[in-house]
Amino acid sequence: MKDLDPLVFVAVFQEMLGPLLWVMLLLIVAGTAAFGALLLKERTINSKRLLRAEMAGLLGGGLALVLMAKVSSSGFTDAGGPADWFLIAMVFGLGLAGTAILVYTYLGWRQPAAR
Amino acid sequence: MNKDELKKILGDAKAVSLDRRKFLMFGAAGAGSLLLRPGDAHAADKVKSSAQIVIAGAGAAGLAAASYLVQKLDGAKITLIDARKEHYYQPGFTLVASGIKTAPYVVSSTRDYLPGGVELVEEGVAEFDPEGNKVVTTSGKSYPYDFLIVATGLKLDYAAIPGMDTEQIGNNGLGSIYHSPAKAEATWRAMSGFADKGGVGVFSRPATEMKCAGAPLKYAFITDDYLRRRGNRGKAEMVYNAHNKALFSVPIVHEKVRMLFDDRGVKVNYERALESIDLSKRIATFKSPVGPIEIQYDFINVIPPMRAPDPVRNSPLPWQEGGWAKDGWIEVDKHNLRHKRFANVFAVGDVAGVPKGKTAASVKWQVPVAVDHLVATISGKESTSVYNGYTSCPLITRLGQAMLIEFDYKDNLTPSFPGVIAPLEELWISWVMKTMALKPTYISMLRGRA
Repeated sequence: MKDLDPLVFVAVFQEMLGPLLWVMLLLIVAGTAAFGALLLKERTINSKRLLRAEMAGLLGGGLALVLMAKVSSSGFTDAGGPADWFLIAMVFGLGLAGTAILVYTYLGWRQPAAR
Repeated sequence: MNKDELKKILGDAKAVSLDRRKFLMFGAAGAGSLLLRPGDAHAADKVKSSAQIVIAGAGAAGLAAASYLVQKLDGAKITLIDARKEHYYQPGFTLVASGIKTAPYVVSSTRDYLPGGVELVEEGVAEFDPEGNKVVTTSGKSYPYDFLIVATGLKLDYAAIPGMDTEQIGNNGLGSIYHSPAKAEATWRAMSGFADKGGVGVFSRPATEMKCAGAPLKYAFITDDYLRRRGNRGKAEMVYNAHNKALFSVPIVHEKVRMLFDDRGVKVNYERALESIDLSKRIATFKSPVGPIEIQYDFINVIPPMRAPDPVRNSPLPWQEGGWAKDGWIEVDKHNLRHKRFANVFAVGDVAGVPKGKTAASVKWQVPVAVDHLVATISGKESTSVYNGYTSCPLITRLGQAMLIEFDYKDNLTPSFPGVIAPLEELWISWVMKTMALKPTYISMLRGRA
């Protein structure tokens, strides 16, 4: 009984986010595809752009924590044990990575690096 | 795609499905789904049937049962009977009474969750006639059935407390979170007023079976936290009166709560149950082994005795002897929810006469088992599904933290995330689940999708 049915995930997230779920999934899929395509096209990582994306990522991670605090009527200051620190790291990490990839991709397609 | 292929794919999907630790990677937001664990209805073949099935009560248990039956049966006539048009998300009442959410958070419409093909009769049940295989509604209309699922919930017996007046909830330090969404909000106003001033706060639970036995404890913890946050804890005395010799029926949880209350300076009295109340003088009288004890309060959270609704109590359905006979809980087998004397009757949710199990999480585990046995009977088979008493309670211990307590009939802790989320630890992640994930998971359960 402890197996997880992936359909349950979809159902729960659908109830939680409504149409926003599909917008987010679309953003994730489109963002990842555009990122992959950019890497294939350039065949390199542009370090200057990466740095800018990572700076934006830090902001994204912070925003993810703020958003989490808002919707849960609480905050990371309520952390009480290792599972909580893990959750904080995960929320921050996802916000950071997601934002960094999206910003890197956006910058890459908007102003291609000079060769 | 044929069904065998689909089954194989679903089977493979399960085989590679995430283990519980990896599951955390997907975010605690979805983790609440484990509290209401998935059934196996999705992959099941539909059974053809022309059975008439009546479900009395369209709360969490009734709606979930209807959704599961629709998924499992083809051609059955399913009728849901409930007079109330609104649906209450009851696990949210504590949050409303704590000022975290407002009343609309817990109120929606029953029809929002009504599965296609199910008839909803917006009347109360006046009479259960299991010998005649029918129920009679308040308008006198008779509904015959082949199978009956009783999911009426329970009755909050405020009338059993002399002096109590539910109209006064919210006034003069009187709170009562269970009554209704509006009164939960009124209770928040009364509690917040108390947190501003201090005084004597009195908390207790009834001496009957009750829904969510953690709620009275949670509310004492939350009130304590508000007093501290507003700098008035020093001006307040907090008293918790337990109805028997324990704070919680699971011994290990009792011990933990006892330690926490000790830490927070909440005074605990055992074997005291609210007997009567004087609302104007703010005096609560508790029954105790040494006679009645009066307490002058500045804030009280009244939790009334809980019993089966009158039409159930007046029917042949309840236990005929033992501790549950008096309050009318339905005599069902605790492992499959089937009535012990009327084989075509099941009881799920609060009204079922089983130990533990009066929470939404229990409903999620009870309903698939009961439905599985019902459908097996229709198709002439035996079901092996078993309900082990699984109940869960995110026991809030302060704003922003909770203990994720899960247990079964045997008083065993049954943590969903062993080694990751410690059940007896006050954690933010458990609070996050309570506030973010439980409601979507609950709604998914109503729709038969979780």
